[in-house]
Amino acid sequence: MNAVCQQMPARVRRKLNSKTITLAHGSGGKAMRDLIDDVFISTFDNSQLDTLEDQARFDLAAFNALGNRLAMTTDSYVVDPLFFPGGDIGTLAVNGTVNDLAVSGAKPLYLTCAVIIEEGLDVDVLRKVALSMQQAANTAGVQIVTGDTKVVPRGAADKLFINTAGIGMIAEGVEIHADNARPGDAIIINGFVGDHGAAIADARGELALESSVQSDCQALNGLITVMLDTCPNIHSIRDATRGGIATVLNEFAESSCTCMYLDESAIPVRQEVRGLCEILGLDPLYLANEGKLIAIVPAEHAITVVNAMNNHPAGEHAAIIGEVRENPDNTVILQTRFGGARIVDMLVGEQLPRIC
Amino acid sequence: MKYVDEFRDPHKAKLLISEIQRLLDQIERAKQRPLQLMEVCGGHTHTIFRYGIEKMLPEALELVHGPGCPVCVLPIGRVDDCVALAEHPHVIFTTFGDAMRVPGSKKSLLQAKAGGADVRMVYSPLDALQLARTNPAKEVIFFGLGFETTMPSTALTILQAKREGITNFSLFCNHITIIPTVKAILDSPDLRLDGFLGPGHVSMVIGNKPYEFIARHYHKPIVVAGFEPLDILQSIWMILKQIQQGRCEVENQYQRIVPEQGNSQALSAVSEVFELREFFEWRGLGSIDHSGVRIRQAYRDYDAEKKFSVPNLKIADPKSCQCGEVLKGVIKPLQCKVFGTTCTPETPLGALMVSSEGACAAYYRYGRIESMPESAPEPAPDPQPADEAVI
Repeated sequence: MNAVCQQMPARVRRKLNSKTITLAHGSGGKAMRDLIDDVFISTFDNSQLDTLEDQARFDLAAFNALGNRLAMTTDSYVVDPLFFPGGDIGTLAVNGTVNDLAVSGAKPLYLTCAVIIEEGLDVDVLRKVALSMQQAANTAGVQIVTGDTKVVPRGAADKLFINTAGIGMIAEGVEIHADNARPGDAIIINGFVGDHGAAIADARGELALESSVQSDCQALNGLITVMLDTCPNIHSIRDATRGGIATVLNEFAESSCTCMYLDESAIPVRQEVRGLCEILGLDPLYLANEGKLIAIVPAEHAITVVNAMNNHPAGEHAAIIGEVRENPDNTVILQTRFGGARIVDMLVGEQLPRIC
Repeated sequence: MKYVDEFRDPHKAKLLISEIQRLLDQIERAKQRPLQLMEVCGGHTHTIFRYGIEKMLPEALELVHGPGCPVCVLPIGRVDDCVALAEHPHVIFTTFGDAMRVPGSKKSLLQAKAGGADVRMVYSPLDALQLARTNPAKEVIFFGLGFETTMPSTALTILQAKREGITNFSLFCNHITIIPTVKAILDSPDLRLDGFLGPGHVSMVIGNKPYEFIARHYHKPIVVAGFEPLDILQSIWMILKQIQQGRCEVENQYQRIVPEQGNSQALSAVSEVFELREFFEWRGLGSIDHSGVRIRQAYRDYDAEKKFSVPNLKIADPKSCQCGEVLKGVIKPLQCKVFGTTCTPETPLGALMVSSEGACAAYYRYGRIESMPESAPEPAPDPQPADEAVI
């Protein structure tokens, strides 16, 4: 019987005829199979998915060859609007999880993809998002190997939510931890801060501003490989997403009981983003990013690391933006361009525009 | 960035600070105790902390952060009224962003929104009017808040609504006026202030004349100031120059924006729509005569307080708060008994911890550097904010 199965021709994938998603597409029946086959399996297109098993299966020997520790992470994506300048929820869902793996020094390998769809969503929207995910996965060198689809009644979710989990391998000797920052270390960023937050604020259309800011949504694993090749002893890396670089730096300061001392004039911020912040009374240090990392690097390697980053597309505008100090501990301090100094604290809640 | 960076030039800042020091050296009074200057406006407080100006200034000079943050001075009872209005069925309640988090006695507008109320953040009252046009089956209420700076735009929106015959739009009016409040501060017995930085954006509307009593009756110099860091330093320098020369005048540093007579069109829109209330309650300062406005009878159809029932309860500030003393410069935020312990930006007890423009919130957020010992194994009560937002 087994022998017969192995000789069977490749499975013919089913087709989806509907133009909008209905509750039937989440019911577990034929409609759901059509959706999964035509939208997800056809787009992600790999042998793990075509088995139609409930789980992906891996050969451990292949993992062992890549490192001695497995890294695992998960994140949910609920961005509104689904499409924005520079990306969409699909690119975000792949790059975000890839980056959460990569900042540990891991080589990202496999992702899952679970979608929660509000009934009434255009199938074309879903196809576009799946395609973005596949393109982002290709660029990052990962595969989407298992998934789940749920459809909920109108109003129970906002259009489309995506969860991706990911696994990767950390090579022996790589020790990147938030509590590793040491006084004297350099603080490095890989480019302009706040682009994603500004692009989303603009794409929501509430402001009617004419702006050309694009989200910085990108995978960082390639850049991190280059950084680790230059300096295997990088102390800490974290991607600065929600809450911006201010939040990551506060996390570093807290974990390592140090002071993150920043030089405002060294922090790259695009003119357009500065302009938006000036109008709304927002602070670019707190704006979200989706392709930015903060690295804490021993001072003696800082310049070589930045030079190497500058040669990578994701680190073209990398710069040293400050240094780790001993005191005052648990604190982030910004030396302002104006010549003063101030504390950069964690946000209490969302950044809200000021009244006047 | 053009028209911004010019006003943030660190070299000019250094020059101004050395000039400020030179003037202070020539003022006898400054040798006995630090001179105290009050910036009335919350926008100034924000600039002072954001650029770290306070720490750049000589020790013989102290900045006192005044009452000009409209979000901070909103009494708890009025926030409760907002929540009650927002929770009316069929109401879309619209507000400026930073009023969303102000705590009422039970909840803030953000919490009301999470509970199902239709609360929306807008950038202008005209956005609220647009919502009324596109949602004819709903009642749209705009939360009118702020000093003379925001009053004209609210007035013009009501005039526009009337012109268009829009009937599902109304205003919950909490606009306040600056002059009676400054007067109340000047009349307080423990006053020690030596001069004022006048509010730039308010003055853009009302002009400079209304401040003359400060110079004439109270003999305090006042300089109407802009909001960039060099504006602040230049204004401080101008006040000190007056003190050094024994003058008490109203001067205008913010001439690029503030006309001597104000904006007559804005003022006529304001007086068409609004009239003074007999008194208005301020968080941290109590009731101040003629310090708020309400909608005139002719526009009563646009008055949310007339259109809907609001609880209108007076709720006292917590006793432990020393906001009033901080506002008058009697104590610094760090000297308040509850600063940073029971009163933090996550759980504000007092008015000044509420908005980022409030003096205490600004101190907490930007200014605690000097409160932290250089190497501090046992720091003074100075809790770090929680990892998660408490909302």
